[in-house]
Amino acid sequence: MSATIAPFAHPPFARPVRDARVADRLSRHRRRVDITVKVLGTLATLLGLLLLASILLTLIWRGMAGIGITTFTHITLPPGSHGGLLNAIVGSLVQTTLGTLIGTPVGLMVGTYLAEYARGSTLGNAVRFVSDVLLSAPSILIGLFVYTLLVAPFGGFSGIAGCIALAILVVPIVVRTTEDMLRLVPISLREAAFALGAPKWQVTVMVCYRAAREGIATGVLLAVARVAGETAPLLFTSLGNLNWSLSMTQPMASLPVTIYQYAGSAFDDWVDLAWAGALLITFGVLALNILARAVLRRG
Amino acid sequence: MNDVPATPAPIVTSVPETKEIPAPAPARISIRRLEFFYGTNRALKGIDLDLPERQVTGMIGPSGCGKSTLLRVLNRMYDLYPGQRAEGEVLMDGSNLIAPGIDLNQLRSRIGMVFQKPTPFPMSIYENIAFGVKLHERLPKAEMDERVEWSLTRAALWEEVRDRLFTPALGLSGGQQQRLCIARTIAVRPEVILFDEPTSALDPISTLKIEELIDELKQDFTIAIVTHNMQQAARCADQVAFFYLGELVEVGSATQMFTAPKQKQTQEYITGRFG
Repeated sequence: MSATIAPFAHPPFARPVRDARVADRLSRHRRRVDITVKVLGTLATLLGLLLLASILLTLIWRGMAGIGITTFTHITLPPGSHGGLLNAIVGSLVQTTLGTLIGTPVGLMVGTYLAEYARGSTLGNAVRFVSDVLLSAPSILIGLFVYTLLVAPFGGFSGIAGCIALAILVVPIVVRTTEDMLRLVPISLREAAFALGAPKWQVTVMVCYRAAREGIATGVLLAVARVAGETAPLLFTSLGNLNWSLSMTQPMASLPVTIYQYAGSAFDDWVDLAWAGALLITFGVLALNILARAVLRRG
Repeated sequence: MNDVPATPAPIVTSVPETKEIPAPAPARISIRRLEFFYGTNRALKGIDLDLPERQVTGMIGPSGCGKSTLLRVLNRMYDLYPGQRAEGEVLMDGSNLIAPGIDLNQLRSRIGMVFQKPTPFPMSIYENIAFGVKLHERLPKAEMDERVEWSLTRAALWEEVRDRLFTPALGLSGGQQQRLCIARTIAVRPEVILFDEPTSALDPISTLKIEELIDELKQDFTIAIVTHNMQQAARCADQVAFFYLGELVEVGSATQMFTAPKQKQTQEYITGRFG
């Protein structure tokens, strides 16, 4: 091994000369493309905004007309008897909450497994693929799956079946965000924890979770927002219930299913209530999304 | 820029005058015939080196010469990555640290490490220190408070943070964060501390503080420091080891290495002719 260092030298380069006309033409072309892309992008955005605004305005207009004190104090009643949505609101809250509580830990664990233990492993890649498929699977399939699993064998629709169906929807969303957020935790932070003599599980729980806390929380909130508005998985599981019921083994009402049933009915007051329910869900989900963004920005 | 003067002025003009040649100390860690592989790439070739007890060993050499790799062998950091392996012996108290069956968590509590970039955990200053301590000891609250104050004081950070122990550590400046990382390391009370370019991300004032700190810490700890900065090696180290292409070219006292290196490569490197 020798370290004789040759003087740093190479033959001088011929200095390239720029052709001013070519440069001009290229520059004009670039500007044209730039303007075209900008115009197309702006138009598409405006179109999207217009549709969104029209949906929201209609929703607010029709929803506000149907909403009142009785919406929150009365349960769904026969047409013409001033019913409300109390059972549907409470049913939605119960099923969304329980579904999230069941699905989040599972999703968190799977996401942790993928990010911390299965990097590059075949099993990990398979799990990630399946989870991604589940993420985009039509939600009615989830409903049918839970129907054959929990409704048909036990002889009846039930609130708990609805919760499980929603939980299955929560899992892949939480898996993805948890894995993504944990992967963002710098390797140097992990090494620093290992260098203090921390075992792997403590590095994950005490350091990586902390570092990824906001991101993971955002994922959970987004999952809540998603399942709060789901109708299809509930149609085959908790079915909907026009009476007041908090029993998890009985059919349970929910806002999306009530909207589905009321919106197509022939009674004006039911249609109004459907609009009111739609408004409630939309603003609930909107509030959650805004909350999620605020949390993410802070983190 | 292209010309190398025939007789280059040495970059390191002097080793501090006050620096006495340290008394020979028994080796705290003895490295024997150490080989290291990243997959099939042989990154360390037959390294023999002693880290003298309560002295600072500076490791210098151009990028990719294996000095950081050597540090990461000593606390088995390479174990985190499949495909990396070491052969040979790293002896501490008669046991081979790179042998299988060594408890890595205990080993890392005895051989602490401070990294190039400050890496405070996303928690409060107090919790940053307590995190490492709790891994190895069960302390009542009062003793933990004492330990936190002790380690922050040793790391010359206590006065700056005593009023905000429970605020996020990420709110500290870069230099403070690095001293926090040092405090966090010494709070576990290791016997050896490895510094991997601890000041390369810091400003000169912070660098000076860390160097003073290292000088202080060697009363209690055996220290190894990797650095790209010759002056830093000259100022901090008692013993200096020069690495090139995975080999240990020369090792000697800082004074000898910087004033009368025996190897031509060493001389060329410390005078800035390559690297």
